[in-house]
Amino acid sequence: MSPAAVLYSDVIRERWRRPRHRGELPGATGVAEDVNPLCGDRVRFSVRVDDGTVAAARFTGDSCAICTAAADVAAELATGRSTGEAARLAREDVLEVLRADVRPTRMRCVTLPLSVLTMALAR
Amino acid sequence: MRLDELTRGDFPILERIVNGRPLVYLDSAASSQKPRTVIEAMTRYYERSHANVHRSIHTLGEEATELYELARDRVQRFIGAPAREEVVFTRGTTDGLGLIAETIGRTLAAGDEIVVTELEHHSNLIPWQLVARDRGVTIKAVPVRPDGALDLEALDRMLTPRTRVVAFAHVSNVLGTITPVTEIVRRARQVGALTVVDGAQAAPHLKLDMSALECDFYVFSAHKMLGPTGIGVLYGRLAVLDRLEPGRGGSEMIKEVWIDHAQWNDLPWRFEPGTPPIAEAVGLTAAIEYLEKLGMDRVAEHEGMLAQRAVNGLRALPAVRVFGPPPGVPRGAVVALTVDRLHPHDVAALLDAEGIAVRAGHHCAMPLMRRLGVVGTSRASFSVYSAPEEVDALVDAVAGLHAKL
Repeated sequence: MSPAAVLYSDVIRERWRRPRHRGELPGATGVAEDVNPLCGDRVRFSVRVDDGTVAAARFTGDSCAICTAAADVAAELATGRSTGEAARLAREDVLEVLRADVRPTRMRCVTLPLSVLTMALAR
Repeated sequence: MRLDELTRGDFPILERIVNGRPLVYLDSAASSQKPRTVIEAMTRYYERSHANVHRSIHTLGEEATELYELARDRVQRFIGAPAREEVVFTRGTTDGLGLIAETIGRTLAAGDEIVVTELEHHSNLIPWQLVARDRGVTIKAVPVRPDGALDLEALDRMLTPRTRVVAFAHVSNVLGTITPVTEIVRRARQVGALTVVDGAQAAPHLKLDMSALECDFYVFSAHKMLGPTGIGVLYGRLAVLDRLEPGRGGSEMIKEVWIDHAQWNDLPWRFEPGTPPIAEAVGLTAAIEYLEKLGMDRVAEHEGMLAQRAVNGLRALPAVRVFGPPPGVPRGAVVALTVDRLHPHDVAALLDAEGIAVRAGHHCAMPLMRRLGVVGTSRASFSVYSAPEEVDALVDAVAGLHAKL
């Protein structure tokens, strides 16, 4: 496999090209936004919590392929879980879906969406 | 013989294989690689002459002091400073800009004004913001025109009798714009403002002459000009430097000390508290000697040729936007670009997969990114050892990026 293919798995490419959970969320109960100081990437998460369960999660932002794909996966994994479970989602959960060898220098691209999601859930 | 052909063998790191390909290092503006003479000079110093400087009454102390002060003489000659007392060693550009901002900052009063520009690196912006916050001072920024040049008419409108400092980069670390230092200095002086020039990207690339530039302060780092990390230079015009109180205190910078007061040391040591970066000064001497042997005019010509080649090659590609001065206009050894639909970090990662090292992101110039309307860019930059073939490899790789993601 080429080095580029190791870094950008098929899942990352697919999720970056056609994210399933990107956009605004009408009726959101929580919204949060943060930036990655290393690269200036910006991620914004909107969540709608019904009766302690994440009914929907959407993200927007200016971000790289890894960050976009990670945000998309994070939104998917959060949906249907209790807010407590969703807030405890770890990088390993996202990486397992992405199936990519994300290097330490790019790990913040994976963890930024998770931390913004947690912030949105706390609002 | 081309400069890269002449120098390449002197840089051991360029023999590295990265991701299965020979390293194409196009990130010299972030930090240049080091020739063997620099690495060996520092090793030799540690193996034979290391001791603390200035007050060590023994052979090694004398040798270390001699080597440290020799570096000052070499820097003085390299930048055309009229006096050695004008050369203050710092830990780097950020440290030097912080030092001079703190030092000048103490003389400012509420209502005073500092003029910066939109193309500043955060290192020439944040120290002034800290001063402005503490002293009730206002900051104004000279806009950047679409061609990457500074809007000097706007500068004229900003300069007032309350302007105390004009701080600006000699060469933009993103756009490569070379600013008209002497012109800006003259305008600033007409209103009695001090000038502080961030020379981090200029010192490795251009022949410097402080007596011709006429600025009050000029700051740069060794590690971008083939020298080691951890040392930089603050040049200060003697008449101005001598009337400033030191901004930072400690050993070395005093003559006599009492419990509640002290008498300052002479220049330049007054501004060098604590044990200085001695081995790094030795490395800087070796770097300067290396550059002087090549000749800075030749260095500028070589790097300028590479930058123009990159600008022309990249501009010809569809879906690629190249920033900074138009083709043919002299620029620093940097070329920033964006590729449609691709994030700058993805561009850098995909290029790295082919062994090409470029920088990506906001380049510590967020206000400029905002002005350009981008989250970031990918930036290629060049040094004496960079080859035209490497520029071509970059252009070819950028042309093939969309197929890879």
